Amino acid sequence: MTERRELTFDDVLRNAGVHEAQSRLDRLMPDPATLPDSGGGCQDGSCGCGGAAPNTLMAKPMDRRGALGALFGAIAVTAQAAGACAPTAVESDEEREAMLLRQEEYFKGNYRLMTPRERSETVRRLERLAQLRGMGDVRIRTDDALPGVMFGYAFNISKCKGFRNCVEACIQENNLDRASGDQYIRIFEKPDGESIDDLEHADATYGHAVPAEGHHYLGTQCFQCANPPCVYVCPVQATWQEPDGVVVVDYDWCIGCRYCMAACPYWARRFNWAEPHVPAEEVNPRQHYLGNRLRKKGVVEKCTFCIQRSREGRLPACAESCPTGARVFGNLLDPESEIRWVLENKQVFRLKEDLGTEPRFWYFMD
Amino acid sequence: MHLKWFLLSAFRSATAGSRRYHLWMGGLTLLMLLGAYGYYVQLRDGLAVTGMNDHVSWGLYISNFTFLVGMAAAAVMLVLPAYVLKDVDFTKVVLIGEGLAVAALIMCLGFVVVDLGSPFRSWHLTPIIGFLNFPRSLLAWDVIVLNGYLALNVLIPFYILYSHYRGQSPNPKLYLPFVYLSVFWAVSIHMVTAFLLAGLPARPFWNSSLMGPRFLASAFAAGPALIIVMLVMVRSYTPYDIGKEAISKLAMIATVAAQANLVMILSEVFKEFYFPTHHSLSAQYLFFGLHGHDALVTWIRTSIFLNVGATIALTIHPVRHNPRYLVIASLVLFFAIWMDKGMGLVIPGFIPSPLGEIVEYRATWVEFAVTAGIWALGLFIFTVLVKVALPIEMGQSRSPYLSEEERSAPLSH
Repeated sequence: MTERRELTFDDVLRNAGVHEAQSRLDRLMPDPATLPDSGGGCQDGSCGCGGAAPNTLMAKPMDRRGALGALFGAIAVTAQAAGACAPTAVESDEEREAMLLRQEEYFKGNYRLMTPRERSETVRRLERLAQLRGMGDVRIRTDDALPGVMFGYAFNISKCKGFRNCVEACIQENNLDRASGDQYIRIFEKPDGESIDDLEHADATYGHAVPAEGHHYLGTQCFQCANPPCVYVCPVQATWQEPDGVVVVDYDWCIGCRYCMAACPYWARRFNWAEPHVPAEEVNPRQHYLGNRLRKKGVVEKCTFCIQRSREGRLPACAESCPTGARVFGNLLDPESEIRWVLENKQVFRLKEDLGTEPRFWYFMD
Repeated sequence: MHLKWFLLSAFRSATAGSRRYHLWMGGLTLLMLLGAYGYYVQLRDGLAVTGMNDHVSWGLYISNFTFLVGMAAAAVMLVLPAYVLKDVDFTKVVLIGEGLAVAALIMCLGFVVVDLGSPFRSWHLTPIIGFLNFPRSLLAWDVIVLNGYLALNVLIPFYILYSHYRGQSPNPKLYLPFVYLSVFWAVSIHMVTAFLLAGLPARPFWNSSLMGPRFLASAFAAGPALIIVMLVMVRSYTPYDIGKEAISKLAMIATVAAQANLVMILSEVFKEFYFPTHHSLSAQYLFFGLHGHDALVTWIRTSIFLNVGATIALTIHPVRHNPRYLVIASLVLFFAIWMDKGMGLVIPGFIPSPLGEIVEYRATWVEFAVTAGIWALGLFIFTVLVKVALPIEMGQSRSPYLSEEERSAPLSH
């Protein structure tokens, strides 16, 4: 079974006022607003020629990896400062700041091993980086699973008409790469009368008007298995199951070996083969570190039941956008929830039950 | 003091050579540069420049990786008789086998690294500063066993060569424990790599208990086959005396392993096709094509045809004992197993996808360039290792601190 930890880092953060704490970067870097626009100007010495590097090392107590990162960071700061002071410097302050932020990001640890302070620092860096990339003011949350919550999903095959509003809503909510047409949800069109879980003759790429005569529809996405093979195989523990049942990926820890993609029996994982692209005006700014924040090329991603929404008590985008009411989402531990009603009153089944993956995603019919 | 001269004369051995040697190394360097360019394009634009996609998420790189782990493991077929069974015929060639293992391992690690989407994060795999998922992830096992085996295969030959260079016989008490360790380790690297695939119930094509044994059998066929070709080349291009006996014993090993491998292929084919189930779709795709998709059919049939042909040829004694036919049969066997155990094993695991969709795979020029570059790197390393080892083994390269007497003293292994 997956090891579970009750994490209450965010409560700690709030109590300790860490959100207000200055990161070491703030001490290092001047506020871009107060700098002259010329770029690389050193008139007032604010760009940190000189004493900046030692400060980086002294700024906070650190572990081995932190020390390594700080050392490289210090070297970079020194080099940058030297570069900025040279007359040939052409980089703008923003480029320099982005480079520094990326440097610090590179040496950060696995999300699960971060202290509350490290979490708030990386969130601050990521938000600033998104801003520097022209992605607007995004807000990245790190709230943990709520106690007493285990998410589950049910899909009504009788009601789905194959409109794929869910697919579109998912793309927009989760900041999916527009260039590759990446989708977490797959809606299969199946001839009526075929075995219910046989997808061999199903078509997920249909382009005609729906619902098509003599067909029914079955949607798949990550089933957030209770016994997830993808989590077993990850060599660097970049993917794990949260206490509320959601299987998440630390996009900044994933090395992109794609072993999890080979291990998933439901084809639920996607890889960023090229740099993902979301037009700035379409970026969903309400993000979660383990959910829909902007990804980079070379990492794996997946459906998280819209962790950024569901942990706020909202429905996942797919369930909210479904015009036919085929999608039921809720807390399996709440006896009053709709999902519990479905599980108790309908005949339900799951895909490939023989594999023992125990999906938390059920199908049913009226 | 000795070490400085050892490294210096190793460098001299590796850089001095005939015109043909320089042409060979120059050609390999060109291929490596081509591979480096391909890898640069891949780093810049992402793995999108390869033929891989969300459906077929591993391709030519991992195919070569699984095959080459077998090449590395095959060194045990020389190590075991040479050091453990004290077979005199093998003591002269064991260093060449270990050199091949080192080259194959570096190629393995190379193929894994070029397959990574975020290679600059490889440090996440290191213990302590990273977060290795050991013992649960078989890939974490593979990282450990491959690097461990590489260390063993560098250190044991280095110790022996360095001792000989200083005019001393190596102390068996010092290195034999590591030799025993490396024998078990060789089997483990290939079993772990087989388990890496066999442990995935999501992919019925790989989820077979025969995977481990078949990996070993095919490795012990293709590995010695390649070593035979290398030994014949060393014999014809250098004065180093390799006895006929070593080659014919290796040929025997390759033959028996190839026969065992064929038996296992047969039992897999039987299981998949006698009463085909949903789990046989990948095999159907591989051997006959599925719903009009048949990219690998010619590939696998060629492989099986060559494999059977070479195994029959090797089984016939007069053919196996004829040096020329032996080399041809060994080469054919090597290529047949490369086809089968590389692309023929990895790609069908992804077709059809777990949800029944069929997306085929075709490698791109970037993958071909990078693959050629890594193979060239392996051959380059192997050539250098042999070029350094042979003068020491022939007594030509000795530390300048030795007296005439020490220089010519007979040395044991």
